[in-house]
Amino acid sequence: MDTAQDIENDKIIPFPSPVMIQEDKTIDNKTHLKLRIIKDRLFKYIVIVFSLLSFLPLLLILFHITKNGISVINWSFLTELPKPIGEIGGGIYNSIIGSLMLILLSSIISIPLGISAGIYLAEANKGRLSNIINLCIVVLQGTPSIVIGIITYLWVVAPLGGFSALSGGIALSIMMLPVIIKSTEETLKLIPYHLKEASLALGVPYYKTILKVILPTGISGIMTGILLSVARITGETAPLLFTAFGNQFLNYNIFKPIDSLPYRIFYYAMSPYPEWHGFAWGASFILVVIVLAFNLIARGVSAKWKVQF
Amino acid sequence: MVMKSEKDTSEKRFKNIILVSGLSVIILLIAIFLTLLIASIPAIKTFGLGFFISKHWDPSLEKFGALPFLYGTLITSFLALIISIPFSIAISIFLGEYFKDGLLSTFLRSSTEVLAGIPSVIYGLWGLFLLMPITRYIQTLLGTTPYGVGIFTASLILSIMIIPFSASIGREVVSLIPADLKEAAYSLGATRFEVIKNVIIPYARSGIIAGILLAFGRAIGETMAVTMLIGNSNFLPKSIFSPANTMASVIANEFAESTGIAASSLVYIGLVLFLVTTLVNIAGTYVIKKISLEASKEVT
Amino acid sequence: MESSVLRIESFSAFFGENQVLKNININITPNKITALMGPSGCGKTTLIRCINRMHELIPHARVSGHIYLKNKDIYEMEPIALRRKIGMVFQKPNPFPMMSIYDNVIAGYKLNGIKLKKEEADHIVERSLRDAALWNEVKDSLHRKGTFLSGGQQQRLCIARALAMNPEILLLDEPTSALDPKSTAHIEELVVELKQNVTMLLVTHNIAQAARVSDFTAFIYLGELIEFGPTEKMFTVPKDKRTEEYLTGKFG
Repeated sequence: MDTAQDIENDKIIPFPSPVMIQEDKTIDNKTHLKLRIIKDRLFKYIVIVFSLLSFLPLLLILFHITKNGISVINWSFLTELPKPIGEIGGGIYNSIIGSLMLILLSSIISIPLGISAGIYLAEANKGRLSNIINLCIVVLQGTPSIVIGIITYLWVVAPLGGFSALSGGIALSIMMLPVIIKSTEETLKLIPYHLKEASLALGVPYYKTILKVILPTGISGIMTGILLSVARITGETAPLLFTAFGNQFLNYNIFKPIDSLPYRIFYYAMSPYPEWHGFAWGASFILVVIVLAFNLIARGVSAKWKVQF
Repeated sequence: MVMKSEKDTSEKRFKNIILVSGLSVIILLIAIFLTLLIASIPAIKTFGLGFFISKHWDPSLEKFGALPFLYGTLITSFLALIISIPFSIAISIFLGEYFKDGLLSTFLRSSTEVLAGIPSVIYGLWGLFLLMPITRYIQTLLGTTPYGVGIFTASLILSIMIIPFSASIGREVVSLIPADLKEAAYSLGATRFEVIKNVIIPYARSGIIAGILLAFGRAIGETMAVTMLIGNSNFLPKSIFSPANTMASVIANEFAESTGIAASSLVYIGLVLFLVTTLVNIAGTYVIKKISLEASKEVT
Repeated sequence: MESSVLRIESFSAFFGENQVLKNININITPNKITALMGPSGCGKTTLIRCINRMHELIPHARVSGHIYLKNKDIYEMEPIALRRKIGMVFQKPNPFPMMSIYDNVIAGYKLNGIKLKKEEADHIVERSLRDAALWNEVKDSLHRKGTFLSGGQQQRLCIARALAMNPEILLLDEPTSALDPKSTAHIEELVVELKQNVTMLLVTHNIAQAARVSDFTAFIYLGELIEFGPTEKMFTVPKDKRTEEYLTGKFG
């Protein structure tokens, strides 16, 4: 059965292609050979040029954020609240605190659920149920963030009667969930079965084997997944537009609207005031630094805490 | 996992907890779909499928048609794809074939990762201050009204944003091509370009198409940067420089202030967005999975 | 029958429809080494995995018949309690990579949530490592992770981990198959010494190893127990033709 398929596969493989056979005939033709080599070189250069060109926006973005951002940032920018337009000074303290609170809220919701679902997928036998769950994760991961915003509005904001930090946290936790589940599942699946056996053979119950042997062994992979998902949601704006909303005051109450860095950038960027545009760049610089820091820590964690088998 | 005389209740509780967590993903997705459906029922009842061929979106008259946004979404996404495809393919070949490892590859790979990690709202801000003046300049050259914002600017930023995404899929697909196939071609005296053209690209075709599909799914759902750069206009765009709205951007712009049938119409748009991205993602992921399964079969 | 610590009676094991062990009867004598040998796939590993009830962890696995540990049917015991009494050493050394050497030895206590006093734990660790002939090599690095140890050392660490639980029986599933000859010799020596303390079942496909270390040998072929008896006797005058053919290398 397999061999029949293999033969069929062989047919599809476009090799040796007719073009090459033709060229084989002219193999002695020196100018032809030269042409082929020139074509080869040319193509390589085109690939390199296009690859490096796509690198240009990154350079420009980082350059502009740094150039426009750093000049705005000082101690009071980080520690003061926004001032009404017309007054000089003010900062984004409320947005930084707000973003941290949103990260905390969404992590509290999504980390336990995500790890637990990840364990299920890693431990369950391959069956229809885990296939369906995997499909749902793919769909959830691809769901536009603005749709998550609508959903959380309908589920949380409308019943509670107003925008709130809680609803923002819930929206972001829905976005974190698939990343955490997938990274947990993939990490745990890589852990050799013989470790589980070693624990079971010592008379350790199954659940303790998972919690005390398998999870600690996979901790670096799981932490990496969590950090990457946090990096992803820290910059999310769309799901916050109608959930956490924004708040120019400092707020610690999870039932009240709360500010966040990405929301503040949006608000300032769309305003007509040049001074606020400057603030948008400053906030962007802080946001990029935070996001990159999470990414870097994630890499560090996966390298440093990696358990060797 | 049969444990005949398992009396330990914590064991049972643990298994139940992980099962329920797994199921919660399914429940969450069904709940999302049903919520969107129920909330859009008023709009579906009032406008039906004609919603997507009517071009009038007028909250003051309570007349809602989504054609301008459907149009805006498709044009921006297609333009973005067309702009980004040469770059994505170049990076895929660069990382998957020419420079598989080494300093340059690590450098380019991490920089595409950084590019993918930059928040959408920052792309929007950057676009406002860099791309908008460029578009404005082009528009004055062409002699059209220099809005600066519009479909063209939104497509540009969108293309920059999806390059890292599609390039990472492309690299994966290219690196899955069995080495012995390439070696066979080299052994016959083919140049690298000929191997790429005659072996790699044909072999990777379905993967490349899947990658484009997934990038399209990404592009139509992208909200913030597009919202900031597309000009927020609810009329059918006349040219690629016109201000417009996409499905995602009209929701971002109007949902917070809408009630009644207007809100329901926006949820209706959200429902369609959700269904389209769902289909695109399932199809794309299915193809990619199939390819990597085949590749792993050939190795063994 | 007079002195058996483990009695296997008309025991069969299945994977789904597939019968992998057919009506096995063996009496295991205490403080001796019993080797289970046979060509790969004959069911010898399945047999010892039934003795600590690891076999049933595989989906669709089931068994029939009885195994008695000191006259108690193990299939009426809690698998978890049983596994604490029967230690197991696997083909590949599998110390827990996230734990120190010290914690690895008392892993059976730690993971089961059994609290040990400091001196108690110290005592168990030292005794088990001494029994496993590893103490002198690791006594200065007890609190380092065990991953820097050689394969042979890791395997002895796993033996120490099993011994720490004071098992009545120690199951050794081809414990030297992943090791170099020198480490193998070291483990074999150790196994012979250990029989003063513990009864051992050794699965091996290495005929010479069975001859070197075991007191009794069971030859299993295609899921059937072909012959069982004192090693010396079996290796010199095998009763069954198939045993003779296996010992002379005619198949397997």
